[in-house]
Amino acid sequence: MPSRTKDILIWITTFMIMLIICMPGLWIILSAFRTNGEILTKPAIWIPETLTLDNFRAIFGYGENVVGVPVASYFRNSIIISATSTFLAVFIGMTGGYAFARYRFPGKGSTFLWLMLSRTVPGIALSLPIFIIWSRMGIIDTKFGVILVYTAINVPFTIWLTEGFFRQVPQDLNEAAQIDGCTRWEAFWKIEFPLAKSGIASAGIFAFLTSWNEYALASQLTRSTDSKTLPVGLMDFTAQFTIDWAGMCAMAVIIIIPALILTFLVQKHLIAGLTFGGVKG
Amino acid sequence: MAEVSLKNVVKRYGALEVVHGIDLEIAHNEFVVLVGPSGCGKSTTLRMIAGLEDISDGEIAIGDKVVNMLPPRKRNISMVFQNYALYPHMSVRENLGFSLKIAKRAPEDITKAVDDAADILGLTELLERTPAELSGGQRQRVAMGRAIVRHPDVFLFDEPLSNLDAKLRTQMRVEIKKLHSKVKTTIVYVTHDQIEAMTLADRIVIMKDGHIVQIGTPLEVFERPVDTFVAGFIGSPPMNLIEGSVKDDHVVFSDGRSLPVPPDFTGKIANGRRVVFGFRADVLMPKGHTLAESGVLHDIDLTIDMAEPLGSESILLTTLGGQDIQARMHNPRPVTSGEVLTCELHLEKCHLFDADTTQSLRG
Ligand SMILES: Nc1ncnc2c1ncn2[C@@H]1O[C@H](COP(=O)(O)OP(=O)(O)OP(=O)(O)O)[C@@H](O)[C@H]1O
Ligand SMILES: [Mg+2]
Repeated sequence: MPSRTKDILIWITTFMIMLIICMPGLWIILSAFRTNGEILTKPAIWIPETLTLDNFRAIFGYGENVVGVPVASYFRNSIIISATSTFLAVFIGMTGGYAFARYRFPGKGSTFLWLMLSRTVPGIALSLPIFIIWSRMGIIDTKFGVILVYTAINVPFTIWLTEGFFRQVPQDLNEAAQIDGCTRWEAFWKIEFPLAKSGIASAGIFAFLTSWNEYALASQLTRSTDSKTLPVGLMDFTAQFTIDWAGMCAMAVIIIIPALILTFLVQKHLIAGLTFGGVKG
Repeated sequence: MAEVSLKNVVKRYGALEVVHGIDLEIAHNEFVVLVGPSGCGKSTTLRMIAGLEDISDGEIAIGDKVVNMLPPRKRNISMVFQNYALYPHMSVRENLGFSLKIAKRAPEDITKAVDDAADILGLTELLERTPAELSGGQRQRVAMGRAIVRHPDVFLFDEPLSNLDAKLRTQMRVEIKKLHSKVKTTIVYVTHDQIEAMTLADRIVIMKDGHIVQIGTPLEVFERPVDTFVAGFIGSPPMNLIEGSVKDDHVVFSDGRSLPVPPDFTGKIANGRRVVFGFRADVLMPKGHTLAESGVLHDIDLTIDMAEPLGSESILLTTLGGQDIQARMHNPRPVTSGEVLTCELHLEKCHLFDADTTQSLRG
């Protein structure tokens, strides 16, 4: 097959796949700028006739029909919870990943396996036990309670990801740094950390997105504006008999934007193109 | 001043002992090469001196300080690794200056020290590149530069040339030797290449299975190997070693042929004793193709299997006592396979070893 035809075929296939993946997202974004009436029309209107920012105005308390959803509080909660749990998970996971990559200790293999297996339990299955324990401890409906859960969820994955990256950094570099006058800790921060940075950044993004988008557990563990996160807040748009789809989609867009921005900011670190040219050829 | 002294140093990994009580005294400014086959414990010994491995037993001192419990950074040593271990995210300049930066030296001191080191090693043009942009030989030089910038008491090298091609290896060998005469420092150098050991060392330490077999200057270990292992390990081609038993001051081989015992041993070895007769290719030469040398010569007819011409000389492959052995032919002429040549053996340069203990009978 001529390579031109092949290129075109690849393009079309890619386009189709991307279309299928992106369709729901596109629908959400479109709907965020439409009226509830237009969203619910049958047959569906694909190309919106009018675009409106009313949904966003309503969310933030401007305009005629104000939605009673405290988006600002939810936003703040989401940021605090996601950022803190990401920071903790990355720090704990990174040091753990380093330990697995560099040290020998009894039970290393099985510990690692169990950490990974913990990921196979669906979060929702844990919600009842966690709910009971958390309520006994009095940390239901607190940001702290949610942070704790999210950190625990993210640590195993972070360990797994960073372990791989640290293992790629040759042990020699750490030893060379120690001989050059570093303590082990300094050698870690000055040499191995920068070299595993792309892995750590990836782990951070994953942890952040997991926390940012998590719904199942948060919906059990949070009640009030003190701790409710954005995804949980989405449900505020459902009343007993009606659902404000337009408002929900507008809020969904608000949820997506920070995640997108963050991903773009960090992506240059994600390019794991760091050449290990310092070692061998 | 930095002598290095190892007293009864032992290394165990769990129950497995890999270095069995090594004693070694290295003098100030001495260039000592640890050599031995793969897995004999050279790297382990070097890493114990560096502080990268704990010592299971014994004592290591650098200068007059026992360093058993000191971390690497407190030993004032530097090390060149087999894989160079350059920091890939730093430029050559940063790599060279890293140790000084850690030591919190003033920036202008660092710049000067780095420039000096770069000058010695011819790296000045490369200072702003990253390790990935260097060739193997250049990386090797940067690794050495990183070692010399801070004027350590002791340099440790772990097979620094084994990743280079043959030509570059020879060139770097010369540079290391020059470096040692320029920056006078104690050097401990690990290699499994006996040529490197012979050419670089003030003293060679030959190791086997976690033991030191022999310590001596290159000439000592070449001329007076303590056992058949050293005899076979040092020198190229390796020493010819033929087993036989002694009868009336002759060593009789399995094929019935015999050679007189070397003059030093005449009348000293009991009949019937099993020995190994050893001599280098250099002391067995066909008549007419010898180096004009006098001494106790013994003529022996040998059937040549093959000749390997090297230009100014040829290595002749032949057999004696059921063993493949090698002889050396100077000013070579073409030799056909199966040709019989009368060769002269310099008896006083031959060796006798005990066949059971493999130890030299020279005492
Ligand atoms: N971490 C370890 N655990 C167990 N045994 C080890 C460990 N490191 C090395 N050894 C063993 O110790 C012995 C000596 O190893 P060492 O690396 O010192 O050999 P070497 O002389 O440097 O060999 P080479 O020329 O191949 O580098 C080897 O038999 C090796 O298998
Ligand atoms: Mg080694």
